[in-house]
Amino acid sequence: MTARLELPHAGEDLAMLEATWAEPRGFVGWCTHVDHKSIGRRYLVTAFAYFLVGGALAGLMRLQLSRPDNTWIGPDLYNQIFTTHGTTMMFLFAVPVMQALGVYFVPLMVGARGIAFPRLIAFSYWMYLFGGLFLFTSFLLNAGPDAGWFAYPPLTETLYSPSKRADVWAQLITFTEVASLAVAVSLITTVFKMRAPGMTLNRIPIFVWAQVVTSFMVLFAMPAVMLASTALILDRLVNTHFFDVEHAGDALLWQHLFWFFGHPEVYIIFIPGAGLVSMIITTFSRRHMFGYLAVVLSLVSTAFMGFGLWVHHMFATGLPQLGESFFTAASIMIAIPTGIQIFCWIATMWSGRIFVRTPMLWVLGFFAIFVCGGLSGVMLAAVPLNIQVHDTFFVVAHLHYVLIGGAIFPLFGAYYYWFPKITGRMLSERLGRSVFGLFFVGFNLTFFPMHVLGLHGMPRRVYTYPAALGWGSLNLAASIGALLMGFGVIVFIVDALRALRAGEVAADNPWGAGTLEWATSSPPPNSNFLRPPTVGGREPLWDNPVDQPTVVGLRADVRDVLVTHVLDAEPDHRVEFPEPSLWPLLTAIATTTMFIWSIFTPWGVVYGSVPVFIAMVGWFWPHRPDEGGTQPWPIRHRTLPLPNEAPASGGVI
Amino acid sequence: MRSGEVIQSVLSPAGAQAANIYHLWSVMLLVATVVFALTMALVVFALVHGIRGDAPSSERTLRRAVYVALALTVVILIGLLIESVWTGRNIASLHASSAVTIEVTGHQWWWEITYDDTVASRRVTTANEIHLPIGRPVVFKVTSRDVIHSFWVPNLHGKRDLIPGYITAIWLQADRAGTFRGQCAEFCGLQHAHMGFDVVAEPDADFVRWLDGRRQPARPPDSALEQRGHDVFMANRCAGCHTVQGTAAHGQVAPDLTHLATRLTIGAGTLPNTSEHLRAWVQDPQASKPGNQMPPNPLPPDDLEALLAYLETLR
Repeated sequence: MTARLELPHAGEDLAMLEATWAEPRGFVGWCTHVDHKSIGRRYLVTAFAYFLVGGALAGLMRLQLSRPDNTWIGPDLYNQIFTTHGTTMMFLFAVPVMQALGVYFVPLMVGARGIAFPRLIAFSYWMYLFGGLFLFTSFLLNAGPDAGWFAYPPLTETLYSPSKRADVWAQLITFTEVASLAVAVSLITTVFKMRAPGMTLNRIPIFVWAQVVTSFMVLFAMPAVMLASTALILDRLVNTHFFDVEHAGDALLWQHLFWFFGHPEVYIIFIPGAGLVSMIITTFSRRHMFGYLAVVLSLVSTAFMGFGLWVHHMFATGLPQLGESFFTAASIMIAIPTGIQIFCWIATMWSGRIFVRTPMLWVLGFFAIFVCGGLSGVMLAAVPLNIQVHDTFFVVAHLHYVLIGGAIFPLFGAYYYWFPKITGRMLSERLGRSVFGLFFVGFNLTFFPMHVLGLHGMPRRVYTYPAALGWGSLNLAASIGALLMGFGVIVFIVDALRALRAGEVAADNPWGAGTLEWATSSPPPNSNFLRPPTVGGREPLWDNPVDQPTVVGLRADVRDVLVTHVLDAEPDHRVEFPEPSLWPLLTAIATTTMFIWSIFTPWGVVYGSVPVFIAMVGWFWPHRPDEGGTQPWPIRHRTLPLPNEAPASGGVI
Repeated sequence: MRSGEVIQSVLSPAGAQAANIYHLWSVMLLVATVVFALTMALVVFALVHGIRGDAPSSERTLRRAVYVALALTVVILIGLLIESVWTGRNIASLHASSAVTIEVTGHQWWWEITYDDTVASRRVTTANEIHLPIGRPVVFKVTSRDVIHSFWVPNLHGKRDLIPGYITAIWLQADRAGTFRGQCAEFCGLQHAHMGFDVVAEPDADFVRWLDGRRQPARPPDSALEQRGHDVFMANRCAGCHTVQGTAAHGQVAPDLTHLATRLTIGAGTLPNTSEHLRAWVQDPQASKPGNQMPPNPLPPDDLEALLAYLETLR
């Protein structure tokens, strides 16, 4: 059932193949990496580090709110803390970490040797890294954004935010947009054009589908916030009046633009989480996903509907009732595709042969928390109830139930699930159960009382509250819960560090899973697959016959990659992949300089674009083909004829 | 929750709108609890069934079960949608010609309250405290002078954003007497946490008496001490920002103080209006509400006593 895709004849070209795909050593070499595994690892580690920063900031908030009339943290710092927390978690953690999983695993799961546009991915990572460092440096310099993660003008206009804090926020958005758009383009191309032969559309793993759907959402949602944040920067930098009421601007325009991005953003975070749940349930139920087609179509329809309900963030602005009813209906109906997925997951478990390991625990936790969050979401879709609990701690509770429940629980499941594949070591089952227990109990202790607090009138984003309103005890409970969650995360880190040094060595496929990332060694070789696989079923490792052919005909002396057709993944042509290059880093440094410079003067955009231009020229400088594969080189579309389809013994396509 | 809860809570409605919403909440909570319990039960059954590896059902049976669950979901969601729209209609259908019109203007970080009247001289301006007649519709016309705020008295109705450049109207009706608390619900900067206000719902006669009282200018100082306090008020910065009707103080950027001494709280709900709190507030408003627009006033002790005595006369 779990036939490993062995190469038929290992030879000298294996060593050559691995050397061809090897990335340079040394610090400078490290800066030139374009391998998706290397970039993906960095992305994952960086995202986790940012998660820890965001979590620490949350801890400070819970410290301040643990008792009424507290004065430990003043309003100025508190406002920076909650804004930086929200901005970090949304823009620097939740979206990027899911994309990071995509960068590492999508090429492996579709059986490709690399990710499309690898240098773009490298550039994306550097932009992401610099964006985060820029935000946290600003925070440490007392210039952290302080107007909330959705930065409503006029509060963010120069008149009310004269310092650079709002600019830091707006420019951070630009950093993360650039980074995530780059990943989205790469992932879509990888999935559409680089799937292993035989992986037709209806054999694509659901997690990969989720990544494709998410990437398309990124392409359509990010431009809205890019437009909005650019307009805000222009307002602040050169006195345009997009949102300035005094000069015929419109404060509500921002909200429409922002939430046209902001609501899809929630699904950009949740859909990959749903993909992870499908994947983990499939593996640990040891059966194919029940209702594969329905689940995939649910993801797609969620993505479409996600763009049609942004107004439910604006019910309190006083819109006409008919319009509001439309968005109520849309917001309620998006529960249907989610419901379909939940029932299909339950049906899969029901008819499977389940073995419970830590990843599965996180999925079970996901069910409890996410369903709770979904139900409070239905409540929030109802206008009358929404205008009562909008902008209160009820909403804080709801959004953490859906985001932590819908994304972070599956994500921790994925950490446990894929840690062996990435590192070649197993995490501890015993500690894993403790981490889960601490996090699950801590989470509910932190966030469940917030529902009640919101109903009892506690608005969000207050740095203190009077004792007379009786909110003290539930806030204290929430703060204790946060401590438990933090402790759970620390145990996780300790276990991960332990496992890296001395963990049990992982087998290639420790869970007996069916998707292609388990068809190679743990960790995967430089070339991902010594012999790229072909696919004979939805779970190739379960479905492929023992004599399933592998791909041959790819050169071992250059980074040769097979390109296939979009629909049925028939082989099309070969493409030579780019070599490592320093240019993505240099371009990112130049772009970062321009972005930060432009906070201080509009001329930063003008003069700052010169180094960016120079770096781009360097990046795209053409090289003649006869200079060989060792030269820096953009993707060369040398369409080569494939070898004739003459199946040798277990060999050719 | 302690006794304080009822003055700022969705769960203790004191008017038709809040009561309708509370009813919707009860329905939603009930449905959500049942759905949650059922779903969790399904997960647990499926888990146990799957772990024991019991005879798997045929795909056809499973498909039927999923269809049933899905149909049930759709029916429940449509039911909730209808309930929601119905509640929306109920709370909106209140327009009446006898309504009291109150204009609310948000400022960083206080509330300007104006009772409208066709006769300009009968208009009343006050701050951070609203009185309402029970049993009569009230329409709030809300806007903002600076950033976006949100007007919210959970015991009476949901919230409505105060958006600069927009004036929107929200109707409500209080059905029982009581003192409630409202609070800004849209993050509006440094002192968003201290932007509260008090709402007193009272019988119509009391309300009319109160409103008439607000129409009176401040009485002239009676004693030498009060006169000195009045002079301190006018000579120092106070009059530049605050208005006291009947005096030369006509500042427009801070709350109207004509009837300050009758208010329940000071600093937009920050402190109860007692003489010690008022003294502390006048001396250093930055201590209890750091970042607000009122500067500290290091007055000589005698001037301070006189000023406080004068402020006590603003009834």
